[in-house]
Amino acid sequence: MSVDQATVRRIAHLARIAVEDQEVERLGAELNAILDFVAELSSVDVEGVEPLTSVLPMQMKKRQDVVTDGGFADAILANAPEKDDHYFVVPKVVE
Amino acid sequence: MNTRETQPSKLLKGATGDWEVVVGMEIHAQVTSKAKLFSGASAEYGGEPNNHVSLVDAAMPGMLPVINEECVKQAIRTGLGLQAQINLRSVFDRKNYFYPDLPQGYQISQYKHPIVGEGEVIVDVTPSERITVGIERLHLEQDAGKSIHDLSATESHVDLNRSGVALMEIVSKPDIRSAEEARAYVSKLRTILRYIGSCDGNMEQGSLRADVNVSVRKPGAPFGTRCEIKNVNSIRFIGQAVEVEARRQIGILEDGGVIAQETRLFDPGKGETRSMRSKEEAHDYRYFPDPDLLPLEFDQAYVDALKVELPELPDEKRARFVADYGLPPYDAGVLVAERASADFFEEAAKGRDAKLVANWVINELFGRLNKEGLDITRSPVSAAAIGAIVDLISTSVISGKIGKDLFEIVWQEGGDPREIVETRGLKQVTDTGAIEKAIDEIIAANPDKVAQAKAKPTMLGWFVGQVMKATGGKANPQAVNELLKSRLGV
Amino acid sequence: MSDPTHLSLAEARDALVAKKLSATELTKAHIEAIEKARALNAFLTETPELALEAARDSDARIARGEARPLEGLPLGIKDLYCTKGVRTTAASRILDDFTPTYESTVSANLWRDGALMLGKLNLDEFAMGSSNETSAFGPVVSPWRRKKGEGFDDAKIVPGGSSGGSSAAVAARLALGATATDTGGSIRQPAAFTGTVGIKPTYGRCSRWGIVAFASSLDQAGPITRTVRDAAIMLRSMAGHDPKDTTSVDAPVPDYEAAIGASVKGRRIGIPKEYRIGGGAEINALWDQGVAWLRDAGAEIVEISLPHTRFALPAYYIIAPAEASSNLARYDGVRYGLREKGRDIADMYEKTRAKGFGAEVRRRVMIGAYVLSHGYYDAFYVRAQKIRSLIKRDFDEAFAAGVDAVLTPATPSTAFAQGEKGAADPVEMYLNDIFTVTVNMAGLPGIAVPGGLGADGLPLGLQLIGRPFDEATLFSLAAALESAAPKIDFPQPWWTDAK
Repeated sequence: MSVDQATVRRIAHLARIAVEDQEVERLGAELNAILDFVAELSSVDVEGVEPLTSVLPMQMKKRQDVVTDGGFADAILANAPEKDDHYFVVPKVVE
Repeated sequence: MNTRETQPSKLLKGATGDWEVVVGMEIHAQVTSKAKLFSGASAEYGGEPNNHVSLVDAAMPGMLPVINEECVKQAIRTGLGLQAQINLRSVFDRKNYFYPDLPQGYQISQYKHPIVGEGEVIVDVTPSERITVGIERLHLEQDAGKSIHDLSATESHVDLNRSGVALMEIVSKPDIRSAEEARAYVSKLRTILRYIGSCDGNMEQGSLRADVNVSVRKPGAPFGTRCEIKNVNSIRFIGQAVEVEARRQIGILEDGGVIAQETRLFDPGKGETRSMRSKEEAHDYRYFPDPDLLPLEFDQAYVDALKVELPELPDEKRARFVADYGLPPYDAGVLVAERASADFFEEAAKGRDAKLVANWVINELFGRLNKEGLDITRSPVSAAAIGAIVDLISTSVISGKIGKDLFEIVWQEGGDPREIVETRGLKQVTDTGAIEKAIDEIIAANPDKVAQAKAKPTMLGWFVGQVMKATGGKANPQAVNELLKSRLGV
Repeated sequence: MSDPTHLSLAEARDALVAKKLSATELTKAHIEAIEKARALNAFLTETPELALEAARDSDARIARGEARPLEGLPLGIKDLYCTKGVRTTAASRILDDFTPTYESTVSANLWRDGALMLGKLNLDEFAMGSSNETSAFGPVVSPWRRKKGEGFDDAKIVPGGSSGGSSAAVAARLALGATATDTGGSIRQPAAFTGTVGIKPTYGRCSRWGIVAFASSLDQAGPITRTVRDAAIMLRSMAGHDPKDTTSVDAPVPDYEAAIGASVKGRRIGIPKEYRIGGGAEINALWDQGVAWLRDAGAEIVEISLPHTRFALPAYYIIAPAEASSNLARYDGVRYGLREKGRDIADMYEKTRAKGFGAEVRRRVMIGAYVLSHGYYDAFYVRAQKIRSLIKRDFDEAFAAGVDAVLTPATPSTAFAQGEKGAADPVEMYLNDIFTVTVNMAGLPGIAVPGGLGADGLPLGLQLIGRPFDEATLFSLAAALESAAPKIDFPQPWWTDAK
């Protein structure tokens, strides 16, 4: 399996990372090196093996339905790059 | 897959013949809970911007989800209400995509292993037509925040108060065949959710939203390509959206075109659906099990305990109303549509002629409430008052007509119907002497009518009307009838 | 008292309680050492005022006889732990000046027990790296240098990674101990490279709440210290159930320090033959030496097989990037951190993330997105998780057969110099984790203990892998190795004059 330049661009867009044209070839080579490295896994017999979902043999604890959090919009917005009256502000989103 | 037999009456006429519309729905129902699905922030509607937001909801670095047990219970209870398979083990997955009101960059949802599997909803479309709509699955997921686009020309504002609120996505099978069925299905689902108390069903506040999948086909043909109409937020609009989308698709197909599978938006103002091109970008959500959450597991005893505590559901209640009160099934269905109206009816019907009470509740009370836009819980006429009015009629203290006047008085002014009847002299006149006196006067004053009546017995009605008028409507209609017949010799 | 930075954490604790030393003196000594060691680039943020204020409070508590378990002990905190009011970077540009309004559970546990913070330690960006060279704030320089004749080579040696700031700071005596995190070896590999002790506890032993996530199913917090006892002391405070992390285990935390010096007689130690392949002759010789030390201490040595070992690293390089690609999606320039202007929202995202993430992070995020993408998910991710089941099963079977712990090398070799590895091929760097990554994949506890020095004068470490939640046994075995192995003399501070 090997990724071509179109795939590199597609993945980069999926991951929302801008790539320069001159980077694409190098990135493709690096990704292919990693994919070559993991290709060995296709030789393992995994017939009948369940994928691991958790290393912990325990049940998930649940919280009670009580409001214990929130009410601190200032803290939520404390690190915001751009805000306006307790809203986060982003470039216009076109629906 | 043919989930239902084609019914000719449901078909839409096109230029090239009949078309069958096929609808499936994904309903997003906000779970009734105090806190959010994975955080302790308030799930309450509204609030100052970003005030119902925890560090988890804002996806601060290092934050982790902890599931709210109440939301799990509500999903199970809802599944039970949909006669559905409850999965004792389910898995939360991440649905990855970027959007400013999706702080984590993924939505925690259930993809491969939902908490609830297949079930069904029985829907009364009309008094004489009942259909069964299959439920494919129900799963729990997080709501997104809200992007506001009209506060600025160049920027969008993001409020995360909704971010992380628990939703149940209820996916139906493509078992719906008309706009009317679509409306009836959503109404019934909403009724079930409200009975269970797992969703308030408030469509204006977005507690219940529908994504409607519509396709058309020639009867007997395989399913056509479907379009998904996103976020339709009223039952009326759901019907309209199905109708116009089906018409649009038929138009394209009859012109030799093909339907593009896409996401569309219903514009109620223009009465049309239009493509949401921004959502057309090929999505690749990269689902995988959320490593921050262990599988959601519980045992059958947990489910059974929740089942025992479930309230009587609309179908059971309806069946009981038919069996115990002898109501026609459709009337029973109308009464159980809201738990509050069913309770109202039962209170009013206690120890009385239930059919009479049902007529009063459905025809007089519901009619009036609808006209005023009032909810049953805010009815000015109480169940006890309806009961009293019915009692007064069935013991012939007042006539049915006076009963309606009495209802109006109670609606406007309140008060005990029995007292009103006494103090305002509304009692029916059964004293034959008084009635005979009125009859004699009318006969004396209208000799021509008397002659007509002898030739044409249907004229009797005119005399009844006159007598009632003369007695202020208080004369017992049966007595008037009998006395008139003997006097006129008809 | 002579230089208090030369005390172990346990010795400092005892000296404070015995009032032979004040917390303020101890803290000042470390602050001075840090100021002189800036050439190592171990600290990203120094917090001397906060440290001294906390030290004064500790002195007052000690005076009142109210000393807590870690009262007045100055520590470094890996800058992956969110610290309230103190900038937290994950060594990435993307977090910019992010200042948490909250404290991670593990660091809060340390402060609850009286420890104090000297500052935030450098690391590989988002903990992705094995040499601390991927930090956006420059690499950390190890206090260790290669021998060259009678003197030392000029080459700057890496302190390992990702917890390179932690290992360097502890080895250079800039802190009594440091917190670290380990996703594929990020505690144990840097510990082995710097002659320190590092334990990655069982998955679920420490809360992950408030620690910047790399790969959620693999990440665990743990300490790096100069002695096994110190690691036991620190871990006891760090560990414990946290209702805010449902993957943390609700089980009591034993007094790990009590395990130090416990007899290891009759303990059954598994030696996995598959681990012969990954390392050089020198590390294999040390491994044999480790076997001998434990045998001499009374342990029983058995050869075991962990047949899926060689698939652990490739499977890890599917699972960890997959989880990371999703965990790092929140760094989008909307709510905190860096934002680059864009012509629309998508452009803003792409520019922000391209500028904010370094090359290694970008690479892993892209690999992760790829292996989860439509059509590849089953072939890559699901298969890797199946192989993970097999890796875990290998260990389960070994433990079921009566093995108490497994002894392996910690790294294939001694530390390398900056720029020596991974420049052309990222996989070359990944191979550093070949012995450690299986432990994360199976969720087991693993501890790295120094075994001696290699021919180049740099430390070499051994790794012990334990049963789930049996860190106590690891501490007693590690202590046995520590007492048998030649004592590590930490480097003299050559760096005070370095530029």
